[in-house]
Amino acid sequence: MALMDYIPEWLLIHGPAVIIVLPLIMAAVTSILPGRKPAWFVAMLVTIICTVTAFAVAIYNLKTGVDVYPMGGWDPPHGISLLIDALNAPILVLITLMAVVSLVYALPATLAEVEPKKRAPYYAAFLLCVAGLLGMVVTGDAFNVFVFLEVSSIATYVLVAMGAARDRRALSAAYNYLILGSIGATFFVIGIGFLYMETGTLNMADMGRILADLDGGSRVAKVAFGFIVVGLGLKLAMFPLHNWLPGAYAYAPTQITMFLASTATKAALYLLLRFVFFVFDPDFDYVANVLQFLLVGLGVIGMLFASLQAIFQTDARRLLAFSSVAQVGYMLLGVGIATAASVTAGYLHLINHAIIKGGLFLAVGAMWYRFGITRTADVNGLGKTMPWTTAAFTVSGLSLIGVPFTAGFVSKYQLATAAAANGWWWAVFVIVLTSVLAIFYIGRLLLAAYFQDAPVMEDGQVCTRNEAPLLMLIPMWAMAIASVLIGTNILGASDLVVGASERAANLLLGLGG
Amino acid sequence: MHDPHVLLRVISKFLIPIIALFALYVQFHGDYGPGGGFQAGVILAASVILYALIFGLDAAKKAFPPSWVRIGMTIGVLLYGGTGVVTWLLGGEYLNYSVLAHEASHGQHYGILAVELGVLVTVTTVMIAIFYAFGSRQPETDERDW
Repeated sequence: MALMDYIPEWLLIHGPAVIIVLPLIMAAVTSILPGRKPAWFVAMLVTIICTVTAFAVAIYNLKTGVDVYPMGGWDPPHGISLLIDALNAPILVLITLMAVVSLVYALPATLAEVEPKKRAPYYAAFLLCVAGLLGMVVTGDAFNVFVFLEVSSIATYVLVAMGAARDRRALSAAYNYLILGSIGATFFVIGIGFLYMETGTLNMADMGRILADLDGGSRVAKVAFGFIVVGLGLKLAMFPLHNWLPGAYAYAPTQITMFLASTATKAALYLLLRFVFFVFDPDFDYVANVLQFLLVGLGVIGMLFASLQAIFQTDARRLLAFSSVAQVGYMLLGVGIATAASVTAGYLHLINHAIIKGGLFLAVGAMWYRFGITRTADVNGLGKTMPWTTAAFTVSGLSLIGVPFTAGFVSKYQLATAAAANGWWWAVFVIVLTSVLAIFYIGRLLLAAYFQDAPVMEDGQVCTRNEAPLLMLIPMWAMAIASVLIGTNILGASDLVVGASERAANLLLGLGG
Repeated sequence: MHDPHVLLRVISKFLIPIIALFALYVQFHGDYGPGGGFQAGVILAASVILYALIFGLDAAKKAFPPSWVRIGMTIGVLLYGGTGVVTWLLGGEYLNYSVLAHEASHGQHYGILAVELGVLVTVTTVMIAIFYAFGSRQPETDERDW
């Protein structure tokens, strides 16, 4: 790639550290900046540099293979190492890109959603959240994962609570998230402790090697696996552990909702993949049992149950949040089947869903920005009053349902094929059924938006056209167009994400990736 | 006017500098024995908190203004992160202190000192920030309530 010639070699070597260090240091600087604009500008600059670095590192990794960066010059397994491989490079690019897209949206949105005094710290907390997420994805050290998990989580609790300027319920939602998130992190770190006890190392590659030597290890390793799955399950909103999610998504500032929906649960899911396939091994019978019965079972129940719950929601953002829980079920199903094709499908759905749900949350946020709409009953006539926003919502919504020529179709089709290849026709049926349920909850909004008349205001005037500002339209259309590009394979977008997913799956299942 | 707390005031005035000095001992002894930036930061913050408990929050805020707190938190992080950036500029990995001096072991020594200083500043100011945040919430206890 010609672009790679402009990237200095220093950045390629030190890139894994740069993408954590830069947002961390600049978050500290941003917190004492005086105003909103400089803080936004710094945050934007930092995330753009991180995006470029993540891209460069990902492409560099594609050429050279696994890239291990010894932090502080201490070689692994004794020192903390950062590593870039086919599994985490796409997630890094996803997180940094979503950060940039959501920041574009934030410039107008924070004016309405965050108290004036808190706007500079808001961007500082956002940068901390980005640094934490990137850190937990890039690190090769299990305890380091926990540290970065907490960095991102604590920043997230603060950010969710800042939605209180818009809706006071954000405070209780943030508190709920704080309690459950802390329990999740505690379970995770207990699991790490047990693993350390079993293997005597914290380096994940080393752990994997020792566990394989021990043929799965003793009961301690089994207990560790249980704690880690439950802890990460809380973080990624696995079905019965998803209670924190609808509140947090519904009342956080829109930018944060969009960013969390498309990255935070995804990073936790990445960690689940990392632990299930890389540290542990699906060949161990206890891992295989958890995959086949727990993850698949809960995934499927979650798909059905959360989709049904989404249909009966009256709040548009809660509706999308329950839909997110259902979509996590698809990914868990893909992980649980544990064949190369199914893990590819799960990974692909992870990327696609980030793009789809990001677009939907941005569109719903813009509806609130202009008309104060949060309830599904209020979207009447939006097709006329906010045509561009509604159109973007429609494209992303169709993609969520899984209509052909959209991103959702690509990953759902892959998942159904993988399930069928495994002989699990009932799973194919569930995938189709939940897609039909998605038609109900998305279609309900679309019908009202396009076929109902615009509401009449108190002074007898019909609501006139009042489109969202350009800085909101650009990111939501970027998401919608990306989803169509992936769906139709224009510019090779589909080959790109499918190829990345296949490489990740091959690496995980040890097929020489 | 009769001061009911004269004993407390005299003794804490005597103790506060010793506490601060002990914090510095813990800080710089961290290389050789138990201690380091975190413990030292907590002890240093305890001296300010003791001052606030005895002489009142307003007096403490005059002695250690809340504006310092916010800046201090940032400076500490920048000291830590900046050490890593310096090692980058000198051609090493992030936080590889060995490149800080001609001899690797001296470099490690300087590096850990700089990093621990950053930890000290941040921990001190964060502890004081937490105390100020909680202390500013309730009305002051009335003298007669003692």
